[in-house]
Amino acid sequence: MSEILLTLALLYAQITLGLAACIACLCVLRGPRAQDRVLGLDSLYVIAMLLFLVTGMRSGSLFFFEAALVIGALGFVTTVAMAKFLLRGEVIE
Amino acid sequence: MNHLADIPLWIALPVAFLVVAGSSLALLGTIGLLRLRLFYDRLHAPTLGTSWGIGAIVLGSMLLFSWLDSRPVLHEALIGIFVIVTTPATYLLLGRAALHRDRAKGSANLPNAAAEGADPPKETAEDTVPD
Repeated sequence: MSEILLTLALLYAQITLGLAACIACLCVLRGPRAQDRVLGLDSLYVIAMLLFLVTGMRSGSLFFFEAALVIGALGFVTTVAMAKFLLRGEVIE
Repeated sequence: MNHLADIPLWIALPVAFLVVAGSSLALLGTIGLLRLRLFYDRLHAPTLGTSWGIGAIVLGSMLLFSWLDSRPVLHEALIGIFVIVTTPATYLLLGRAALHRDRAKGSANLPNAAAEGADPPKETAEDTVPD
């Protein structure tokens, strides 16, 4: 009973997050301006991190957690660097 | 799927609810990113996924792994705290960058103009030119 429930819930979460990642990719491709693309890329990072967490729950291993942590840290640094570039025209002054 | 077999229902129910709620919120955030019209509105949409989307999934993951390892697994909260702390800083900087670019361009849909304005803001043709 609980196995069926958890399997269905995790499958639903994986499908939903995959769909969300596709929509975020569409936002990155569609734009129309540079800040929209940066925003789409940042939400793509967050969704990829959630997908790693859900996949880790489904396979029952804790190693996916570390990948999710790396994605989270890199997503933050990437978005801040790109926003700084849009603001000033260079990243490190 | 054998690790999910011996989980009692009182753990499985909240985990399933949290995972379903979190992933649905993340999907809603990206749909908002696609549907909303102004950039300053779109900036708010993905925060659904970065606040309770990630909070719910991390809580569910903590609950599940605490049962599986039969010890409290708390290090997953690190991701949740990190994302919740860094997202406002990121989006604030991105919003400032967009504001700076809009001002430099002399665009019509600045947030102040929308608050005072008689006419509702609309993205003009020159605002949607890719750059």
